[in-house]
Amino acid sequence: MELSKEEVRHLIAKRVAQEFKDGDVVTLGIGMPTLASNYIPKDIHVFLQSENGILGASGILPLETADKSITDAGGNYVSICEGGCFFDSLTSFSMIRGGHINTTVLGGLQVDEEGNLANWLVPRKIVPGMGGAMDLVVGAQKVIVMMEHTAKGAPKILKKCTLPLTAQHEVDMIITEKCVMEVRKDGLWLTEISQYSSIEDIKAHTEADFKIADQLKTF
Amino acid sequence: MKNKVITPQEAIKHIQSGNSLMVGGFLKCGTPQLVIQEILKSEIKDLTLIANDTCFVDSGRGLLVANKKLKKVIASHIGTNAETGRQMNEGTLEVELVPQGTLAERIHAGGAGLGGVLTPTGIGTLVEEGKKKVTIDGKDYLLEKPIFADVALIYGSKVDPLGNISFHGTTRNFNTMMAMAAKTVIVEAETYLEEPMNPDDVVISGIFIDYIIKKEG
Repeated sequence: MELSKEEVRHLIAKRVAQEFKDGDVVTLGIGMPTLASNYIPKDIHVFLQSENGILGASGILPLETADKSITDAGGNYVSICEGGCFFDSLTSFSMIRGGHINTTVLGGLQVDEEGNLANWLVPRKIVPGMGGAMDLVVGAQKVIVMMEHTAKGAPKILKKCTLPLTAQHEVDMIITEKCVMEVRKDGLWLTEISQYSSIEDIKAHTEADFKIADQLKTF
Repeated sequence: MKNKVITPQEAIKHIQSGNSLMVGGFLKCGTPQLVIQEILKSEIKDLTLIANDTCFVDSGRGLLVANKKLKKVIASHIGTNAETGRQMNEGTLEVELVPQGTLAERIHAGGAGLGGVLTPTGIGTLVEEGKKKVTIDGKDYLLEKPIFADVALIYGSKVDPLGNISFHGTTRNFNTMMAMAAKTVIVEAETYLEEPMNPDDVVISGIFIDYIIKKEG
């Protein structure tokens, strides 16, 4: 069964949200990672940290009713949950770099067997800047890369990244519409398979070598 | 006591062509506007903008890019203003991209009298090019140098006559660091208080602030 682009994004986001634990401080990257906030299990409370200076950010508010002085890092208007707080960029990145963020979820252009991530620069094409991504990947306790498994059919999980790196050896987990892979000391491990994929499908669309866990789960 | 309140027209007398200019703000949030409008009307050019991002092509400090008032940008993100990337590729604008947390620390170092900061961010990436690597207790760090500007334009939600500032929502961003990191610091007050504010509310002390611009009137 072929999933639409939108279905793929939601499938990945839903699986990502399963990684959050009650009380976690989570920083979501701009774009697809933001979708994961829609799927946080109802029985847990997660503090969403946004690098521009808010802990406890709510969902996105409509322009008409929003307080224009409260935004997330994407510039969306949000509100703040009970127990949350505001801070400056220095404190925000002390949280991030200092290891006080439990989990960060970022998009990726390429990830490789050594847990290297490239997601900020395509030379001569896309030069948006790294924003807070380099700090997040270096500092967060757990780094999840959520992305489509391939780009126009080409693998994004590689033996070695070819694009400029965001950080070295920092990725812990990769979640795509096909599978979940963990980056361990001895390389990549396939730990879960999407109900819409198979080991053969994953092998065909992954350049990197990976080992297959004994207890392979399905999502 | 010195009256710190000036008009935007008076403010630009403190800014010269070729100056380095810090501007607070994260995209459109918590960012000064009025002095930038005056710079656009003036002959001032060749500025080096130091900011988190270059905002949007038609908004705030993004207008400095669009109106070619800059020779250099030091920022963490330029992706929301296509004009920055265009001028960079054309070779008319120099752009130094700095990881956001590193930018915050470099500005803080500049204002706090520090010789630099050691950060693990950027190790093994293009960011480490030309920088000194320092190993502390077996871990590698990059030595990042302080940034100090000629002028800082910052935003405050409430500002009292002494220049004490309090903030609402996510408007703090880089404003708190920049308040300490420039020779001349000008704050744009969303609300100007006629009396000194409650000391418990002060986030930035007025001792860092040279001039105040009132948003209304």
